[in-house]
Amino acid sequence: MTEQLSTKTGIEQPEINILELNELEVYFELKKFGFQHAGYVRAVDGVSMKLRRGETIAIVGESGSGKTSLMRTILRLNTPTNGTVTFDGQVVNALNATALKQFRHKVGYVQQDPYGAMPPFMSVRSILEEPLKISGIKDKEERYQRVVKVMEEVKMTPVEEFLHKFPHQLSGGQQQRIVIARAMILNPVLLVADEPVSMLDASVRVEILKLLRNLQETHNLAVIYITHDLATVRYFSEYIFVMYAGQIIEKATESDLINHTAHPYTHALLAATSDPDPKNVDEFQDVPPGEPPSLVNPPEGCRFHPRCAHMIAGKCDTTRPPDFDLGNSHMVACWLFEDKGV
Amino acid sequence: MNEEKVIRIQDLKLHFITTKGPVQAVDGVNFDLTANKAVVVVGESGCGKTSLAKAILRLLPRNAGEYSGKVWLKDIETMSLSDEEYRKKIRWVRMSMVPQAAMNSLNPVLRVGEQVAEPMIVHYDVNKHEAFDQAAKMFQNVGVPVDFLTRYPFELSGGMRQRVAIAMSLVTGPDLVILDEPTSALDVLTQANIFNLLKRIKNELQTSFILITHDISTSSELADIVAVMYAGQIVEVSGSHRFFSNPRHPYSAKLMASVPRLRTKEEPDFIVGRPPSLINPPKGCRFAERCSKRFEKCSEEPPIYQFGEDWVKCWLYEGEGDQK
Repeated sequence: MTEQLSTKTGIEQPEINILELNELEVYFELKKFGFQHAGYVRAVDGVSMKLRRGETIAIVGESGSGKTSLMRTILRLNTPTNGTVTFDGQVVNALNATALKQFRHKVGYVQQDPYGAMPPFMSVRSILEEPLKISGIKDKEERYQRVVKVMEEVKMTPVEEFLHKFPHQLSGGQQQRIVIARAMILNPVLLVADEPVSMLDASVRVEILKLLRNLQETHNLAVIYITHDLATVRYFSEYIFVMYAGQIIEKATESDLINHTAHPYTHALLAATSDPDPKNVDEFQDVPPGEPPSLVNPPEGCRFHPRCAHMIAGKCDTTRPPDFDLGNSHMVACWLFEDKGV
Repeated sequence: MNEEKVIRIQDLKLHFITTKGPVQAVDGVNFDLTANKAVVVVGESGCGKTSLAKAILRLLPRNAGEYSGKVWLKDIETMSLSDEEYRKKIRWVRMSMVPQAAMNSLNPVLRVGEQVAEPMIVHYDVNKHEAFDQAAKMFQNVGVPVDFLTRYPFELSGGMRQRVAIAMSLVTGPDLVILDEPTSALDVLTQANIFNLLKRIKNELQTSFILITHDISTSSELADIVAVMYAGQIVEVSGSHRFFSNPRHPYSAKLMASVPRLRTKEEPDFIVGRPPSLINPPKGCRFAERCSKRFEKCSEEPPIYQFGEDWVKCWLYEGEGDQK
């Protein structure tokens, strides 16, 4: 039970990108009276990233920053307006029915609310068997063996005791284990976890994160971990993307992001994440004024400029900053770092 | 001594009746709170934190069973009041609450101004004008623009709605405000904002707070005193300086170790097992089953050991503190 969370995977990674996003844009059309065009919600606006097998990345942002839209687009639950999602060399949105089925088998999805993600009228066994049935495994015994195997992997032991239980008979942590087991049962290569621990008690959060980390290492999975909680990210991901108002504003390794924070918004996020410390009582936290912008009419230039203390007039409010390279694959979209290369 | 205590709770019990037997959600809770201080009640979900808030404010659900104990609010013993007296004299006059998921607790079909003004009209018999003036004052106090008075809840963001709920709890100028997970549904930055607001209110209005939360990291923003709740009982009460650096009860220590931290390299750990059922809680120390420091004595009910203002309910401190 004392597995290290932050150990890096020792497995050599092949140089093939399992997932590639290219200038991805996801807009939702707004309609007046149900038919008249009234603008777009720019939920994801120009996001590019690459993910290799065995890599874990975290996407951090506040609610409304487009994290979930981005994730849903990767899972092909949304259609991108522009740009492409490429999985294993194939454009996800161009997949035909058979290829789509293949794609679904290779991508696992861990939902935020474990109870809401499971049908309340199905037992643990039938919940876990369902993906196997859909994937065409007809042999009952084989299905049973695989269910048992995956349950052991998520440490739901003794397996027999849980197989016939219904979701409401399990604790929150156990429910989330079953959801993870369901995502893992078809041996995916990519796991997308949308706030997998935010609904859980503090005392079990770490347990679930360690489990995910273990699975990632033993199966050499690529994992996208979506969260708003910076404190849990650092125990899980090597690489962190910070999202604000539909754009990625900073990407860096975990230690760079915390020790060499560049973007003013990331600074604010880190400052607002408190550690248990009795001194906190006497100090006010430094919070930027205002609220995240509307994604229908986002501000010109840098989207954070109306709330930013370091705003450069005539620059930040007119031109969108490109990604400046701070070395060690630390990229920041902020004009304060203009002297660094693009 | 008693004058400066804003609330004193003695052996408070609240049980719920279910078909399987009584659920002992709050089972003999004792603590008291000095004026203008904030006590944070922490614990895992299902340990009775919210039931404790409801028991203090006498907001009992229909299946409430045994409800006993003593609660002094300054010099009034509230448990002996009738429901009607309690409603008139205590609830929202001397003591108010910001409920869990406050953003959804607002009435969607009433303007927020009316909702904030309503306690004034009901309890202080003022006319609508004066009540609205007071509501406007409260809006300024919690940082909501005054012209939001005429808006409906759906027109406000989550953080703004939370501020409105806080304004509603403060409008009558109570001595004590109970906050039940006030920020758990909010974003990090909004959360930091709300805690800044609560700190300011505590300094300016001299209000006392009972903050109920499972989030230990953010609770340190407001806590003067920390009370740890486990399986319907409070197992430790400590000053925040002592608690956040060196908690006494083994459960508190485990709880602290499970907190993911941003600024240290320590690996967080988790607590093996799950809290006991409150229908048939184990005899003796309720945490014994999950405790790594358990010994023979733990099968008997541990007494309370007093360390000055702090106390702990654990056999490990036998002979160290003063037994109560």
